[in-house]
Amino acid sequence: MLRFILGLIGLGFAGVLLISFFVGVSSYVSSPPERSAEEEFHLHPRHLELASNGAFGKFDRKQVQRGFQVYKEVCSACHSLSHVAFHDLAQLGYSDAEVKAIANQWQIEVPSTNPETGEPATRKALTSDRFPSPYANEIAARAANNNALPPDLSLMTKARHDGAAYVYSLLTGYRNQQGYKNSKGEELLREFPATKTPNGLHFNPYFANLNIAMPPPLTTNGQVTYAAGNPAPTVDQMAKDVAAFLVWTAEPKLEARHATGLAVTIFLALATLLGFFAYRNIWATEKRKVRVTGALDPANQAKSARAKGQEGVAG
Amino acid sequence: MSFAWAKPYEPKSGFMRWLDDRLPLPRLAYGAIGGGYPVPRNLNYFWNFGVLAGIFLMIQIVTGIVLAMWFYASADGAFNSVEHIMRDVNAGWAIRYAHMNGASFFFIVTYIHIFRGLYYGSYKAPRELVWMLGLVIYLLMMATAFMGYVLPWGQMSYWGAQVITGFFSAFPLVGEPIRVWLLGGYAPDQAALTRFFSLHYLLPFVIAAVVILHIWALHIPGSGNPTGVDVKTEKDTLPFHPFYTAKDGWFAAGFLLLYAIFVYFAPNYMGHPDNYIPANPLATPAHIVPEWYFWPFYAILRAFTVDFILPAKLWGVLAMFGSILLLFFLPWLDNSPVRSGSYRPLFKRFFWILVVDVLILGWCGGAAATPFYVALSQLAAAYYFAHFLIILPLISKFERPLPLPDTISSSRAHGEKAESAPVGVQPRTTTAG
Repeated sequence: MLRFILGLIGLGFAGVLLISFFVGVSSYVSSPPERSAEEEFHLHPRHLELASNGAFGKFDRKQVQRGFQVYKEVCSACHSLSHVAFHDLAQLGYSDAEVKAIANQWQIEVPSTNPETGEPATRKALTSDRFPSPYANEIAARAANNNALPPDLSLMTKARHDGAAYVYSLLTGYRNQQGYKNSKGEELLREFPATKTPNGLHFNPYFANLNIAMPPPLTTNGQVTYAAGNPAPTVDQMAKDVAAFLVWTAEPKLEARHATGLAVTIFLALATLLGFFAYRNIWATEKRKVRVTGALDPANQAKSARAKGQEGVAG
Repeated sequence: MSFAWAKPYEPKSGFMRWLDDRLPLPRLAYGAIGGGYPVPRNLNYFWNFGVLAGIFLMIQIVTGIVLAMWFYASADGAFNSVEHIMRDVNAGWAIRYAHMNGASFFFIVTYIHIFRGLYYGSYKAPRELVWMLGLVIYLLMMATAFMGYVLPWGQMSYWGAQVITGFFSAFPLVGEPIRVWLLGGYAPDQAALTRFFSLHYLLPFVIAAVVILHIWALHIPGSGNPTGVDVKTEKDTLPFHPFYTAKDGWFAAGFLLLYAIFVYFAPNYMGHPDNYIPANPLATPAHIVPEWYFWPFYAILRAFTVDFILPAKLWGVLAMFGSILLLFFLPWLDNSPVRSGSYRPLFKRFFWILVVDVLILGWCGGAAATPFYVALSQLAAAYYFAHFLIILPLISKFERPLPLPDTISSSRAHGEKAESAPVGVQPRTTTAG
């Protein structure tokens, strides 16, 4: 009885699913979904090779420092970095004095309270402060940016698929929409005239819906002046450097993680090996005690020897 | 409990004798996981995953207690406190990644453990309650994992909470009030976060308690084994310690190695990038997906697209809960007297179809709901229900199982391929010289 009732329930679920399936298939056939511009023209990020990639990756400190410089001179005008403190920069090889100077000269001041009047005020950043946001609040940020909100960059490379490669591709991915073609040779505005980029947005095929509110931040080679001994600050190089910097802001403990991981892995590999030998040792005698059957069974061997003897076969 | 030849505990020192007379805790441990628990000698490595699940429960409890020392269960502070743990707390990143990936690994070993049970008929008499207690643990794990995922208060946390509690509103009349009552508000907010934290801290200890019942119920008939044949003599068994402690020991170390590789070298591989964006009730993510271990159920939920008598959403929710609840009836759905799938040629084929089916459901559940994935998940979900509720009872009626070995020890001829194969189908080398 129980099996009968449960069988009926099973038939019910399976039946409704099959109805759903056939309804879905027939509506797909009768009115196939239209192609979307995002499907046909969105690009996957380009590969980005960074020193921090891979299981043994370490930060290229010079590159991350250059990336910080790009953040400071370009991105920080609109984007906050709220999880990173100035003193964290010491991990990048800046000396205490340099960190102090960076905090002291930071163009945006930190919100505070006037100690005399109790009114809101600002003060110069200390090394213990986190990077201050360029805007007082979200409303101010949207008001200044055509109603778009520049996201905080601290976790950007962990908060997007393909992380640093996405940041790099996006920063170098602005294109002229007029005459833009995908790899199949289809022209965007001819196939999807409705996707023409509205005023105030910018066409970028690496962005999910192809039109991004952020104007191209890196426009000219040499926009940031790198100190001597660094590669030329081309747009491509600056984009790579700032992506490397954002890997660090998102995962500042990456090097410690890789180093600890190596030690833990070696330890566990040895433990596994020793444990395996101990296991073999403990089981060695017990495995031999198991009764053998078939050709190896002593009773069968005796029988076969007897048969051979009767037939006069040698061996 | 256990077998007549189980060695009784003998205190070795005066102190242990003294303790044994007053609080026989060492006696309990000796009988449960020591030399006093005889275990079938022919267990294969699929029998290691129960112990592994216990290890991961311990890892989750220990790392979780430490994380709770730093976590603020506050809608304004939760996300930032997790980042504080990741950046400024000593080894906080290691504890947090260990906890995050520990959840995934807990589910990996539990799924292998469940499918081991499905293949070898571990749910059959006399182990029905072992199986059902296991399902209770699994349901508690799902609740705990879901609430834990909400705590960092990222985008997926928030919208996951929104979607999962939204299941209740599928039920007519009472659904919406229940949802509001569970959340403590009309949408996930401070009240929901605080109670989820409270329950997320509580439930692992409930799980630990049910694990004790699960092991207790297991130790009455003793462990099953790959032949499914009952233990008959002492020759069939070995004491748990040192034999299975050694086997579990090295295997656990090896499995922890795999876990460490994820924790240290790919800690976010099984996560979702959107959860590194702070929760924003005004911005819905492009596609909301739960963690991978819920994907098969998410696929079943989304597979119902037609309002057939009941609304599609209610069908989906009923089917999703039903897909787990039906497992409680498994001991009575599968009527075959043979436990092990190795001796059940027809069952074995359908078992592997089920494995592929669940993998397909998982794949569909993780993908965006495009027509292709929805159609595929509809077929796969239909098979899932048909498998358990229709096919299994029929198999047990019509299948002719292979002959079983008389005893566990006679099924083993160590060093031969025929190891554990049923009598009569053993490939025998000819004895004629």
